[in-house]
Amino acid sequence: MNLAQLSLGEQGTLMLSALVLLTSFALLAQARLVACIHVFAWQGALVGLVTALVALTADTPHLYISAALTLALKALLIPWMLHRLVRRLNMHRHVETLMQPTVVLLFGAALVIFSYVVVLPVERIELAATRNILAISLAVVLVGLLMMVVRRQAVTQVIGFMSLENGLFLAAVAATRGMPLVVELGVAFDVLVAAVLFGVFFFQISESIESLNVDRLNRLSETGEDDS
Amino acid sequence: MLALAELAVLAALGSSLLSLGASHSAAALRWGAFPLLGLTGLCAIVAGLGALMAPEPFTAQLPLGLPWLPWQLRLDALGGFFLALIGLIVTTVSVYGPGYVREFEHGQASLPVLGVFTGLFVAGMLLVVLADDAFMFMVSWELMSVSSYFLVAFQHEHAANRRAGFLYLLMAHIGGLSILLGYGVMAAFAGSFDFEAMREATLPTTWASIAFALAFFGFGMKAGLVPLHAWLPEAHPVAPSHISALMSGVMLKVAVYGFVRVSLDLVGAIQPAWGVIVLIVGSISALLGVLYALMQHDLKRLLAYHSVENIGIIFIGLGLTMVFLSTGHPLLGAVALVAALYHTLNHAVFKSLLFLGAGAVLQQAHERDMERMGGLARRMPWTGLFFLIGCISISALPPFNGFVSEWLTFQAALQTWALESGPLRTLIPIAAAMLALTGALAAACFVKVYGVAFLGQARSRPVRRAREAPLGMRIAQGTLALMCLLLGVFPTTLVHLLDGVGGQLLGTHLPQATARGWLWLTPVSPDTASYAAPVVLLGLILTWGLGSWILRRGERRAVHRCDPWDCGFAPPDARMQYTATAFSMPIRRIFQGLFIVREGVEPEAHTGEPRYQLQVRDRAWGLFYAPVAVVVRESARRITRIQTGNIRVYLGYTLATLLVLLWLIL
Amino acid sequence: MNLSGWLLALIQTTLFVAAAPLFAAWVKALKSRLQNRRGPSLLQPYRDLHKLFHKEVMVAHTASPVFRAAPYIVFSAAILAAMVVPLVAARLPTAAIADVIVLVGFLALGRFFLALAGMDVGTSFGGMGASREMTVSSLAEPATLMAIFTLTMTAHSTNLSTVIAHNLETGLILRPSFLFAFMGLTLVALAETGRIPVDNPATHLELTMIHEAMILEYSGRHLALMEWAAQIKLMLYAVLILNIFLPWGIAADFAPGSLLLGLFAITAKLVILGAALALAETGLAKMRLFRVPQFLNLAFLLALLGMLSQVILEVGA
Repeated sequence: MNLAQLSLGEQGTLMLSALVLLTSFALLAQARLVACIHVFAWQGALVGLVTALVALTADTPHLYISAALTLALKALLIPWMLHRLVRRLNMHRHVETLMQPTVVLLFGAALVIFSYVVVLPVERIELAATRNILAISLAVVLVGLLMMVVRRQAVTQVIGFMSLENGLFLAAVAATRGMPLVVELGVAFDVLVAAVLFGVFFFQISESIESLNVDRLNRLSETGEDDS
Repeated sequence: MLALAELAVLAALGSSLLSLGASHSAAALRWGAFPLLGLTGLCAIVAGLGALMAPEPFTAQLPLGLPWLPWQLRLDALGGFFLALIGLIVTTVSVYGPGYVREFEHGQASLPVLGVFTGLFVAGMLLVVLADDAFMFMVSWELMSVSSYFLVAFQHEHAANRRAGFLYLLMAHIGGLSILLGYGVMAAFAGSFDFEAMREATLPTTWASIAFALAFFGFGMKAGLVPLHAWLPEAHPVAPSHISALMSGVMLKVAVYGFVRVSLDLVGAIQPAWGVIVLIVGSISALLGVLYALMQHDLKRLLAYHSVENIGIIFIGLGLTMVFLSTGHPLLGAVALVAALYHTLNHAVFKSLLFLGAGAVLQQAHERDMERMGGLARRMPWTGLFFLIGCISISALPPFNGFVSEWLTFQAALQTWALESGPLRTLIPIAAAMLALTGALAAACFVKVYGVAFLGQARSRPVRRAREAPLGMRIAQGTLALMCLLLGVFPTTLVHLLDGVGGQLLGTHLPQATARGWLWLTPVSPDTASYAAPVVLLGLILTWGLGSWILRRGERRAVHRCDPWDCGFAPPDARMQYTATAFSMPIRRIFQGLFIVREGVEPEAHTGEPRYQLQVRDRAWGLFYAPVAVVVRESARRITRIQTGNIRVYLGYTLATLLVLLWLIL
Repeated sequence: MNLSGWLLALIQTTLFVAAAPLFAAWVKALKSRLQNRRGPSLLQPYRDLHKLFHKEVMVAHTASPVFRAAPYIVFSAAILAAMVVPLVAARLPTAAIADVIVLVGFLALGRFFLALAGMDVGTSFGGMGASREMTVSSLAEPATLMAIFTLTMTAHSTNLSTVIAHNLETGLILRPSFLFAFMGLTLVALAETGRIPVDNPATHLELTMIHEAMILEYSGRHLALMEWAAQIKLMLYAVLILNIFLPWGIAADFAPGSLLLGLFAITAKLVILGAALALAETGLAKMRLFRVPQFLNLAFLLALLGMLSQVILEVGA
């Protein structure tokens, strides 16, 4: 796939997907909580843009609705809810540094290489042209999961979960030109409900153990030792 | 040509013999043994260059060895290159030696030992390069290892030196055993120990991989790849400096020669996985070598760790060669091989230069610790100048030779776009980035070395009183410095010669390497990359000269002296300078996960004054060597149980053995 | 042996060297405006250099010949580097003498002698500056090389003229790898030229200096050469980044019309880049030394992502 042979729109799709990958790395190492939410909003906006661009080049109008939905939900509504949550929990100045940022970032890069190697054998005709965006999406999913593993704050873990979902959405949009509209609506509302439920849970957790550090959740078990 | 090479070996053995007379008069050593070594070197250079330029290899058979396994000799382009390399360094060391050994004449050490084993060491190395069958190779290898052990343990009054010698001998023999097993595997399929037969034979892939692994382990241990490098920083510093130059500059290269001979010539078809492993091990060695070097403040130990780094760089080049050859790009493989061999020669030249300089400093200032040196460039101007050239060369800066080989290695790595495999296309740039990091850290280390040891003010009294080294030592260093410059400014000549090695070994020439004439080095093609080293040197000299001339005319020439800036406080004395430890502190903090660092302020034993202590240790000991040592000790303890001391048990063993043997005859 | 090409290369190098102080002055003037000051005039660096060239040279008692030779070597290395970077015309015969890796080597040579000069006098400040400079530049090297890899794997050559001509000829293609390499190289350039957030070029506190600390002892014509070399280095990185990633406007041949257009194009691009640099320097704060590795790790990560994008997204299966 020579880059020069693609149309400008398809090049744009590649560029935006690469930027989505960059935002997931930015989420991985971002220390300030509020900045994390902002980067997540940008990631949502970029995914919405990719959807719109694919709608333009592949001429599938229902993807416009999908793009608008993604933009409204992922770039505006959910970040606003998280922002409000953070304010109510008085954590808007919270800074959480990773233990070994270099090692984590290099591991993330290794995940990108790994997802590329995994996607290489894909040979089905209709997927071959966008095989490489598939690799990027898989990388976004894996990096999102890595984020959930290395971060200790519950809010950033939720953001990791959401960015994982972003990766899946990107794969669906770029590789198969979107899912049936019903499925997309269902997934979108699922994510919204999940965000609401998380908000409710955070209050409960915060009141029980006075912190949102997930490592301290083992205080809830009867036999767990109290390690601070 | 082979006759010249044999003459070289005989001259080395002769110097050995003559040194026996040194117990009566030191002049025997100075005027007999060392000139004979010089003759050895010159013959080796001529023989090597002749073999490099000859179209066909030279072969011969010696009546030595066992009756049914006579020793086969072969001098081809690869062997010729290494022969010339050995000859060059041996010649310079023989000029350096007479001045240097003067300091041993009045001490406890015995001069004959030094002379005898130096000659045997050189003879052993020459024979390894000439060997064409496994038997002769192993005998020469042993000769090389054992004679260098005696040289390492030369000043055995200190316990640390004895320990270093023991470790060195142990690891040399483990490596030698591994090489022998590798040859055994290949000989099994070839039907004989001849290299000629091994070349013809084809091994099945699994056995070829086993042979390669054994050879890589053995030669890697001798060359000093991480994690098999532990003996290097112990053994090289304790040997006399000209021997350190021979060991670091030449013996490690003989190990590289062995590896190249086995993997590119004898073992047959190369697998891509081998190349990847060599590449990874080379990159890790390079990076860890330079990081540990940065933490040292003993000058010779620092140089020894740098040898680990440069061997890593050579193996990066060799790894690239193997990757390109195994994926069907013989031209690129030849380019990478040229890069690796160029770096081999460069390292031999500048590492020897640096060790000879360190020896001069050690002889004149009696100091090996950089934290006590300073300002030596004004006391020893010639040594300072030549050492500076060595520092610039090893930091891979234009227009000297270190830069050319790094440039060639990068050019080889940059041809990754021709490969088809995606994972390889991501791995090689990462290895190249590690190489870039290594090069930059090496430059940082040598700024530290030169800045702390030669610039600034002297930090201790003996250093303040140091004088310039004797003439012979200066001439030797000057020759090597000149070689550094020549190899940097005329790379096309050497690339043209190395092309012959690629042609004979791989069957591929580099048609475009000098396509635009002697001035332009274009390893792959003129469109891909080109470097005109003489023009760069000319440009540097012109701009420097022009600038000097324009700015220094008339009344503005005068330069006035004053005190350095002291911020308005007390005048800065020698102890307020930056120390070597302080210089490398930021890098130590950044990479601290890779070291075991123990830092603290403790009261000194006698006076009670607080003293800052810093200990940086190699992680390889804990991770790799200690477990091996523990396993060996435990299993040895278990095995000792068969020695019960009871005579009836021993008679029982005899009975059991007899029964087994009788049963076998059945 | 195209004589007009060589003559043009010589003229271009002279222009490069002469215009470097002007670029530094433009950045400084904008920074002053952003800080609500009037700031020095655009010709001030020339006046400063002129003044320094005529001033007396004072050398410390403890300095060795390396101290006096270093300014000339640093300046020569900077001029040689300027000789191989296309400024106005894309196809330069001098670019065949030294490719982009040799360019990195020239800058390394200058830095080596600068650091040695810092260590030479035997004060704490010089040693501190030398130590920090070598640390920062070591960490910047992998990112630089990775970005070079990305460029080379696209253009299949390390010759700067070939790379720029290739980018010019293939027209507007949105390459993710170039975007990442551009971001990575910008961060590296900030570190190597000693700009905020890595080093403050206008500081007077010795403990915060990196570059200034190494040239603290210099005076007169030596100091002029060192300052000028630093300005050439800044312009070098700026021109390199602009002409490789945004090559439109550069002259593809030697006709007078296209040369004039090329001159105008590079001037416009430098004006905009200078403004962006001034904005960045005013908006960001200088980082402490032990946060610089994280900054350079980010540069390496960007360059690595660029290379990975090139392999994954841009090359055929």
